[in-house]
Amino acid sequence: MDGVYSNRAVLAFSFKTSLPVLAGYLGIGLGFGILMAEQGYNCWWAALFSLIAYGGTIQYLCIALLSSAYNPGEAFLLSLLVNFRHIFYGITMADRYKGYGLKKIPLIFGLSDETFSLVSSVEVPEGMDRYRFYLFLTILNHSYWIIGSFLGALIGASVPIDYTGVEFALTALFVVLFMEQIRNSSNILPGIIGLGSALICLLVFGDNMIIPSMALIALILLAWRRYDVHRH
Amino acid sequence: MYTDTEMIVFMLAAGLGTFITRAIPFVFLRDSKETPKVVLYLGRVLPAACIGLLIIYCLKDVSVIDWPHGIPVAIGILIAGALHYWKRNAILSIFGSTIAYMVMVQFLFLRG
Repeated sequence: MDGVYSNRAVLAFSFKTSLPVLAGYLGIGLGFGILMAEQGYNCWWAALFSLIAYGGTIQYLCIALLSSAYNPGEAFLLSLLVNFRHIFYGITMADRYKGYGLKKIPLIFGLSDETFSLVSSVEVPEGMDRYRFYLFLTILNHSYWIIGSFLGALIGASVPIDYTGVEFALTALFVVLFMEQIRNSSNILPGIIGLGSALICLLVFGDNMIIPSMALIALILLAWRRYDVHRH
Repeated sequence: MYTDTEMIVFMLAAGLGTFITRAIPFVFLRDSKETPKVVLYLGRVLPAACIGLLIIYCLKDVSVIDWPHGIPVAIGILIAGALHYWKRNAILSIFGSTIAYMVMVQFLFLRG
């Protein structure tokens, strides 16, 4: 099962796959670290935060909470709310991560937007141990995020190079993976449903678009399922 | 500032909430049970739909009313799409469009 590819070959493939995330995470992680430093927390706190609560949106929101009265319950509820979309990722990966038992816990812990987009889109080469690829990719992505946060808090706002705009790498990553999804599935409808639902919900709900978008996507996809029976 | 203990509890609370949203489906869809057909179906159609959602989510702070009217993002996405359609090399598409975007926001579309 893993005879064809050595650990190093799997790691090399995982690293190549993760490069766009490296660029995006270092950029956004730096931003998080800088904000942590402004709140008075050093690089180790920034790195620890990114290790424990791995999720860009919730971490940025938590910084706003840091300057208000201490309330960890609020951080907990807020993280449930803003990360609710991850439920879709678990549903998608449930079958692919099946059979890994407790070994899938690190995969679940690190199932961020970007890791999910990659593990659900990338074709694993024939003969490569899938678990190892999933694990390496998950750990690499998470480590970029931790390193970015650490560096951001370390060098603070005095960044020697202007990284403004590097976060676009993540938008571009999603655009590319979206095209790959459409090409591989020979059916553009799920993608169009996702784009359209999200756009409508952005216009109607603004910043609170995620949960209405998910509801709309689930509703349309489930309603459409009866017409999908002839496909494999 | 929070004390060290307060900060650790605070981070654990945020981390627990995040982990729960990722773990819930796996609790209901155990290894030992056969994956329900509807979940297999969703597993097939959700990735494209979710990635579509994430693209729009990335654009949520872009204003079409204020300068630069979302023009750099729009051009960046067009470059990423065109490069990928042309060469189908993910690294080239992503890095090419990101560099173009950085040049646009840092040099071409300066604050009005």
